[in-house]
Amino acid sequence: MASQYSLLPLFAVLTSLCAVPFIIFARSPNTREAVSFLAAGLKFAIVLSMLPAVLEGQKLVFTIVEVIPGAPLQLRVDAFGMLFALVSSSLWILTTAYSIGYMRGLSEHAQTRYFCFFALALSATIGVAFSANLLTLYLFYEMLSLATYPLVTHHQDEDARISGRKYLTYILGTSIGLVLPAMVYVYHLTGNLEFSVFGVLAHKASGPVLAAVLFCFIFGFAKAAIMPFHAWLPAAMVAPTPVSALLHAVAVVKVGVFSIARILLFTFGIRLLESFHLGTLVAYTASFTIIVASLIALSQDELKRRLAFSTISQLSYIVLGVSLLTPKGICGGLIHIAMHAFGKITLFFCAGAIFVATGKKYISEMAGIGRTMPVTMLCFFFGALSVIGLPPCGGFISKWYLALGTLQSQQMVFLIVLLSSSLLNAMYFLPIVYHAFFMGTVSGEASENLIREAPTWCLVPIVATALGSILLFFFPGIFLRLAALALQ
Amino acid sequence: MSENYPALLVIVPLLSAFAIYACSWLHKKSCLPLAITGLSISFLISIGLLIKVLHRGPFSYHLGGWTPPWGIAYELDQINALVLLAVTTVALVNLIATGKEIERLFADRKGAFYALYLLFVVGLLGIVVTGDLFNLYVLLEIASITGYSLIAMGESARAPISSLNYVFMGTIGACFYLLGVGYMYIMTGSLNMADVRGLLPPLYHSSAILAAFIFCLVGVMIKMGFFPLHFWLPNAYTYAPSPAASLIAPLMTKVMAYVMIRLMVSVFSPSFVFSSISASRGIVWLACLAIIIGAVMALSQRDIRRMLTYIIVSEIGYIVGGAWLGNATAMSGAILHILNDALMTLCVFLAVGAVSRKLGRLYIEDLAGLFKKMPFTMAGFVAGGISIIGVPPTCGFFSKWYLILGAIEANNYGFVAALIISSLINVALFFRIIETAFMGNPHTAAIGHEWTSGIQEVSLTTLVPLLVVTTGLVILGIFSGVVVTQVIRPGLTGVF
Repeated sequence: MASQYSLLPLFAVLTSLCAVPFIIFARSPNTREAVSFLAAGLKFAIVLSMLPAVLEGQKLVFTIVEVIPGAPLQLRVDAFGMLFALVSSSLWILTTAYSIGYMRGLSEHAQTRYFCFFALALSATIGVAFSANLLTLYLFYEMLSLATYPLVTHHQDEDARISGRKYLTYILGTSIGLVLPAMVYVYHLTGNLEFSVFGVLAHKASGPVLAAVLFCFIFGFAKAAIMPFHAWLPAAMVAPTPVSALLHAVAVVKVGVFSIARILLFTFGIRLLESFHLGTLVAYTASFTIIVASLIALSQDELKRRLAFSTISQLSYIVLGVSLLTPKGICGGLIHIAMHAFGKITLFFCAGAIFVATGKKYISEMAGIGRTMPVTMLCFFFGALSVIGLPPCGGFISKWYLALGTLQSQQMVFLIVLLSSSLLNAMYFLPIVYHAFFMGTVSGEASENLIREAPTWCLVPIVATALGSILLFFFPGIFLRLAALALQ
Repeated sequence: MSENYPALLVIVPLLSAFAIYACSWLHKKSCLPLAITGLSISFLISIGLLIKVLHRGPFSYHLGGWTPPWGIAYELDQINALVLLAVTTVALVNLIATGKEIERLFADRKGAFYALYLLFVVGLLGIVVTGDLFNLYVLLEIASITGYSLIAMGESARAPISSLNYVFMGTIGACFYLLGVGYMYIMTGSLNMADVRGLLPPLYHSSAILAAFIFCLVGVMIKMGFFPLHFWLPNAYTYAPSPAASLIAPLMTKVMAYVMIRLMVSVFSPSFVFSSISASRGIVWLACLAIIIGAVMALSQRDIRRMLTYIIVSEIGYIVGGAWLGNATAMSGAILHILNDALMTLCVFLAVGAVSRKLGRLYIEDLAGLFKKMPFTMAGFVAGGISIIGVPPTCGFFSKWYLILGAIEANNYGFVAALIISSLINVALFFRIIETAFMGNPHTAAIGHEWTSGIQEVSLTTLVPLLVVTTGLVILGIFSGVVVTQVIRPGLTGVF
């Protein structure tokens, strides 16, 4: 397992950071968005250029500076980080396109600020993906929390104020209140904060202490929205839809589960978790969230809120998969990061497109909408299939591996959790599609030819992510390989 | 030349102070350039001293060639070289940033203001560098008296009263310190710190020495505003003219905290401080109270500058607690926090000063919509706030890191909890302001300031220093590893 010094990880993190001044001082909206695109493309290209080396089992390392002895600010690209970076940087390109359509379609205010903080948030996300140790991860995690605050509160009205408060209280409250002391304690026990496949905590503390530290991390990374620290996510849905889509279906929440997976697999290590049965404890916590969030989702009428609760439940799939501690389960959990990202971002994009085209937010108003927006709703259908976990969409693959993982660990109870949650998913998604196409009438007007889709800038990304979801069913290879490499 | 750096460090600003006052009769315009020149030289010398100490190790300098214990010695080690650099940096940057404001506020009295400003800095530099207990007292009084006068020059009618209150408390503090020094002189017959340190160990069981230590400690604690001796602080710093507030608030309390650490490690020894008297546990608990009560009091303030003064009370709790936890990690954290807090406090006070120049009043609601009007100033304020909260990579995070780590090493989880809780309260404190400034619309009819459309920033002479300080917060944070391992830890060798 060779480590190789390389500047590429640093460039990958910095591209969108460096784009910020250009975005601020761009002369016209067109230049500004061209810069956003360029940065997105460049970032994706840099991430992609590191892929071959990672697939060969190499790790690219760059040390920024030794801030604390044993815990430098260091970037390291390994297979797990690569998986996550690949997902978020590719989806950023599409989201930029979608943002342009959405923000211009609604003539939103302060678009420069919006693109600025969007770029910052992406920098932080890639930073989390490529962090070589817990301190670096924490740094980028906090940077992401702060950079997303102006995005969540974009509308600057009373709703935004309340949601912004909730967002900060949960996210900063837990990261400072739980993660920080836990992190210092780990450093106190071990003298370093490295991520290593063997973990760093073996033989360092007793079972109860380890459990306490572990749960500080699990709940402390509240971006993963594990109950009871989930309430910020539905609240944050006041943000403009592209923000909800990328940040609250892909970047922010996935940063949360990514951090938890890092802690479970690379700070504690599989063997240690097994020996104290901590994995099972985490799996039960995650299962509770999966079922309860799905049940709550059933009763939500606002589309974005329903999606939010669905996200909460799906995030815990990832945590559950990893905490099964079996190869298949871990693989399923890790690739679910990618599969769910493509499926859920499609759904959010659709919700935004419906809002841009018709101004409708509530599911009860959406009967018959499939006739005026057929492309959007078709994509919605495929996105929903992916999240439910049905072929021909990528979500099926990850759920397949998750189910195998539960069998491998011989804990049937989690298989039941997975299957019943899938059923619930179907119950809260498929009626939307059914109502959209087969119910309701477009009253009075000559409804047959009245097709009113969202602007092209919105529509293209939707189709692209939906296609991506389908393609991932047929070609999941790259993510499977990365997931398999992650633990070597 | 470089041999005389320690003396020049203090003498240059001292002479400039007199020159400026003379100058204010002849040619008013050259006061500010003179003051800036004086402080710049001091600043360069402090850099030179730090390099020299890092190069050669600690050394002492005998004023006028008189050898101690009869003459006065200046002692330089890694830690006080660092504090000297912090003092000169803050004083210089603040002078540049607030120069215009000083000219406006004190058009007819500016000679006096600049002279007091420089004398205050002279006092602080002397306190930090001197190796003589009595000399320290003299310089302490110089810094205090100039500080009282600077505060009394505030526009508000309450400025003289708060200054008077500060005079009472400050004088009591100084008396305590002097009493302690007197006891030590009676017992050892010496005033030189190194000398006293050598003479003390056989006397550690004497109650006179114990009394001396306690007197000195209480005196210094009054001066630094350590809870529950902090009552003079909020008023004094709130009603001071803003250029003076942003000088005194970052420096005075921090330098006094350094004096406490100096007494603990260079005059007495940690074995005496931490074991012979069983006060350390109690003082750390008091520090916890200081941290929490400071933060809660800050939360209940409407005036932003007043809120910041309570944050200082809380931050002093960090430093005192760290120093009294009794291990090298926590002590490093405390010393690092002296630097960090000086810079953070400067940052927020400069930003708040800039805002008050526009608005006059500083209630939280007055800041509504300020991001639209003063985006750069507010960015500086946010950066300072984030550092005070303790988010990496700003420097505030790293001192908090060492403090928490030190508390865990000392098995003192109460202090860990206090640090975490105060960080959480700081989040509320700063985001309350940030939210108001971000969400609302600029409506300031109530305070008589009418905004016109577009950005209305303060002048570049204020903005550039503010942005320099802001960048400094991040740079100091990123290089805090270097500062701790290369400078602070070597300075603590032989102590723990």
